[in-house]
Amino acid sequence: MRALDKPLLGPSRRGVLKAGLAGGFWLAFHFPARAVNEPEQQPDTTEGQFAPNAFIRIDRSGKTTLVMPQVEMGQGVYTAVAMILAEELDADFAQVAVVHAPPNEKLYANPFFGVQVTGSSNSVRAFWKPLRQAGAAARAMLVRAAAKEWQVDPASCSASNGKVAHAASARTVGYGDLVDAASGLPVPQDPPLKDPKNFTLIGKPLKRFDTPAKTNGKVVYGIDAMLPGIKFATLAQSPVFGGKVGHVDDSAAKSIPGVRQIVVLDDLVAVVGDHMWAAKQGLDALVVTWDDGKYANLSSRDIWEDLRAASRKEGVIAKTVGDVAKGLSQGDRFEGEYELPFLAHAAMEPMNCTVHARPDGCEVWIGTQVLARVQQTVAQVAGLPVDKVTVHNHLLGGGFGRRLEPDMAATAFRIAQHVDGPVKVVWTREEDIRHDIYRPVYRDVISASLSNGKIVGWKYRIAGSAIIARWLPPAFTNGIDIDAVDSAVDIPYDIPNLQVEYVRAEPPAVPTGFWRGVGANNNVFAIECFMDELARKAGMDPVAFRVGMLGKTPRLKAALELVAEKSDWGKPLPARVGRGVSAQPSFGSFIATVVEAEVDERGEVRLRRVTSAVDTGIAVNPDTIQAQLQGGLIFGLTAALWGEITIEKGRVQQSNFNDYRMLRIDEVPRIDVHVIKSGEDPGGIGETGATASPPALRNAIYAATGVALRRLPIDRAALAVANKA
Amino acid sequence: MATLKINGEDRNFDAPDDMPLLWVLRDVLGMTGTKFGCGIAQCGACTVHIDGNPVRSCLLPVGAIGNRSVTTIEGIGATEAGAKAQRAWLDLEVIQCGYCQSGQIMSASALLATNPHPDDADIDAAMSGNICRCGTYVRIREAIKRASGEA
Repeated sequence: MRALDKPLLGPSRRGVLKAGLAGGFWLAFHFPARAVNEPEQQPDTTEGQFAPNAFIRIDRSGKTTLVMPQVEMGQGVYTAVAMILAEELDADFAQVAVVHAPPNEKLYANPFFGVQVTGSSNSVRAFWKPLRQAGAAARAMLVRAAAKEWQVDPASCSASNGKVAHAASARTVGYGDLVDAASGLPVPQDPPLKDPKNFTLIGKPLKRFDTPAKTNGKVVYGIDAMLPGIKFATLAQSPVFGGKVGHVDDSAAKSIPGVRQIVVLDDLVAVVGDHMWAAKQGLDALVVTWDDGKYANLSSRDIWEDLRAASRKEGVIAKTVGDVAKGLSQGDRFEGEYELPFLAHAAMEPMNCTVHARPDGCEVWIGTQVLARVQQTVAQVAGLPVDKVTVHNHLLGGGFGRRLEPDMAATAFRIAQHVDGPVKVVWTREEDIRHDIYRPVYRDVISASLSNGKIVGWKYRIAGSAIIARWLPPAFTNGIDIDAVDSAVDIPYDIPNLQVEYVRAEPPAVPTGFWRGVGANNNVFAIECFMDELARKAGMDPVAFRVGMLGKTPRLKAALELVAEKSDWGKPLPARVGRGVSAQPSFGSFIATVVEAEVDERGEVRLRRVTSAVDTGIAVNPDTIQAQLQGGLIFGLTAALWGEITIEKGRVQQSNFNDYRMLRIDEVPRIDVHVIKSGEDPGGIGETGATASPPALRNAIYAATGVALRRLPIDRAALAVANKA
Repeated sequence: MATLKINGEDRNFDAPDDMPLLWVLRDVLGMTGTKFGCGIAQCGACTVHIDGNPVRSCLLPVGAIGNRSVTTIEGIGATEAGAKAQRAWLDLEVIQCGYCQSGQIMSASALLATNPHPDDADIDAAMSGNICRCGTYVRIREAIKRASGEA
């Protein structure tokens, strides 16, 4: 075992979470054949390199390679992680290259989860300290190596730009020349970290590593993996959830040029061909009779009836402050119920996975947020030891939570095990949308009482899926899903009497999972919509109403005041145009957002302007933070305006971008994001915009029309002038 | 055996006439820069140029192209408008996941080649067929304006 195998992080701080998972193994690195068009991957060995921990490799030429423990799906994390490491390492940033990490939970587990996962907007939060320590430890070793060679006190040396210098003797030496000497030194356990005021990289809007290859077609996503002898497959799963294949007539499909093989499994059929076109045509030509099973008559109406009934029951108490019964008995009491639909992820890169299954091992090419879990899942399905499954990760063509699931790898393997040689399994967009793992339906019931313009009692009940119970079972304790109650148990407002309850309500048949914004998405929507309704009951301006209750959350108060100023809050607007606000403390960032929108006579909504102010602590790369918010706000607006997956006769009714609408450039207004300077530790950012914009849009519509919508997507009929109450 | 002129070179391949250009590029020729997004010309990820005009390659039968020249993201940098678009995309750090961006750059460079100074309405008209799920639209608009400013 070489230095590469020494874990930097030590045992996970949340080892209890990990203990319940499949983890606990230690893998040797093994990198067999790469796809022919793969970019340079992780080196097979660290021999001849300075590799003091899992993240840093410096070779004798001084080239610094940083291994990325988190995956790049557009959020800019490769650049942010590299900036943090290089900052403390004092690397020459122009000489830095980044590579994907291999699956290895020992080395690359996310400290928040104890598993190798990229999600929950926590890459920078979770790795902030470990990466800084890794960089600082490496730097200290390089300095010590130089000092030893010069026979001077290490404290009299300095490092910058990939060199160690001794000012007194005017000597300098590049990191590349220190590789051998530094490799022999012990790794310091608690190296001193830089004072943030001395940061030279962190805080700068540096260019992203991944952009150049994304402008010229050279970038390789999982779907682009090409291997010698590769075949292409596409599949049809039972259109009804839980249904099975009945009878298959493949006579017409077999006669299509380029079709090589038909694979019929219990729950799906796949056609393998020389290219995707043959596979698609072959699939269209199959005559499949499905055995629909017990969900053949399931509809959205049934699911909503069940959820509404569940939300009328008492839940498990997730948080109590003061005496909620007493609080609710004071002042004027109001009620609200909010409902959010199923949503598909619709990442632009459709689900896909390339697998080469052999009797004694298996190789997988994929873009995933859960690298080790893909490896474990394929190993389990294949009945192979985990170390016989090699997984090559790629840049992701969008994740949004969909690629937190390993199901596509399991499905691709089940097809590939019947195929001789490597096969790329690609979901059509229709299969991708109809067989997603959906953002759950949620229903939130709120009772609140108002006295003298303040909330004095607040009872909040969430009903919906416990995704955590399925995805990270050890973290599901006492009947409370920590994700489902996120941003509700930590509501930012000063409320003296409060209770948050959670009712676990799983929809029949429809699989549910994480979706950008996760649990906070639901809770911020319900809370912020109700806040506007309460402000109106109190006869107060929505911003002033919130500001008056943010004494304990000054960072959010400051963001709210800034966004009010920047969005021209309070300035007169034409008829049927409104501004709406939202405020959230989610993912460790404090964000206030104003949406300005116009509602026409028919109820159609036009976005006019979006403004956000964000305090995300130290902004590692402020340009990325702006970009993530701009994009996240659009993601949320898309859902608010259009997003809904509905079920009829056990089938998802939507299928492609014609009926599962995305916001387009001509519908997107000016978006201004103001990043507040802060010295606090970094917060999360990837999901925040998606959470922020839906309630702000709904509140803008409320301001424009007086109609208090209580479910998404927006009901245009309710907003048409003829229907206005 | 069929032949197409792609990025200035004659490329020979074996594929039926009704096969969409997208799959010839990706699966037969291994030119994976052009992306599959929807298969029904709704998202624009597969946009290429045929004689300079932006076309959704997912629905274009390869047999219908004839002698016209095909330009893909791998070759667009050799055109003036394409190089300007790519540079603006880099300068303004437009891209997030990047999966749609081959198509975005192809649509933008077709626009810039015929209309060197597009206004907002021109950009809306030329670019509204290209979906970006990451929501990079604000920067796409800025980048097209940046590219046109260099003209």
